[in-house]
Amino acid sequence: MTDFLAMGGYGIYIWPAYAVFVVVFAIDAIAPRLRRRRVLADIRGKLRRRQAREATP
Amino acid sequence: MNALTLWFHKIGSPPTFYRIAGALAPWLFGIAFVLGAVALYGGLVMAPRDYQQGDAYRIIFIHVPCAWMSLFAYAFMAVNAFIALVWRIKLSELLAMASAPIGAAFTFVTLVTGSIWGKPMWGTWWTWDARLTSELVLLFLYLGVIGLYHAIEDRRQAARAASFLALIGIVNVPIVHFSVNWWNTLHQGQTVRLMGESKISGDMVWPLLVMALATHVWFFASLFARTRVGLLELEGGKDWAREVALADGGGRS
Repeated sequence: MTDFLAMGGYGIYIWPAYAVFVVVFAIDAIAPRLRRRRVLADIRGKLRRRQAREATP
Repeated sequence: MNALTLWFHKIGSPPTFYRIAGALAPWLFGIAFVLGAVALYGGLVMAPRDYQQGDAYRIIFIHVPCAWMSLFAYAFMAVNAFIALVWRIKLSELLAMASAPIGAAFTFVTLVTGSIWGKPMWGTWWTWDARLTSELVLLFLYLGVIGLYHAIEDRRQAARAASFLALIGIVNVPIVHFSVNWWNTLHQGQTVRLMGESKISGDMVWPLLVMALATHVWFFASLFARTRVGLLELEGGKDWAREVALADGGGRS
């Protein structure tokens, strides 16, 4: 296991490279989900405001 | 209208695309994840050590697939930008704009992993040679498209302006690809070839190709997820989008 992590002395280069890869694509997967939540909340907000406007005489 | 045109119009209609993309995206994310995990195992554990570079070469298994994708995503973006400009198809505008951040992510990872690989092998993090510089220009083009898209208030005008920029930037794609042949560069030439024999052994090449497949599938997964949100945002006032918004747990907001 230690041998594997050491990567023949190149571990300090290999693992950060793979970490960047994983982190960037984790963000890539989460970003649209967060934006979707915001957009849907926005649409609901607009709907509510419009209903409130129509309800007041 | 013939059957093909009819089919095209149906797919291109926002609610239909929203539904189909929504059904596909989770599967594509799942497939890409599994393929990626297999490729990582193959590349980090099973592939033998390189006789020249030792274990450092293992960065290739993420660096090269990401570099391929940085060009693929750009070509995909430019084709959709062209369709958006010529036929003004709403879906094409969104597809083009959704590929920009994904392409930028691939380009960024290519540059960072390349830099980390360059340090032990070339003795430097960065050098202003043809391959590296043109790839950096590619990142700036992506950032330019994203920036322009967000700088203009009207979403459709913004998409058209950014599409125009994306289309101009396509000249950089062949420059990146052929840079290792056209100029003297520190970067090595093509190792994996579609035509002719690859200069890499079989037990090293399969994790590379599986990762290439994984990144392609990932691209479409992320593209669909982003395009769906774009459609919701653009059509927020339409009935189908309101139904989606209300169905999505209207209670919490």
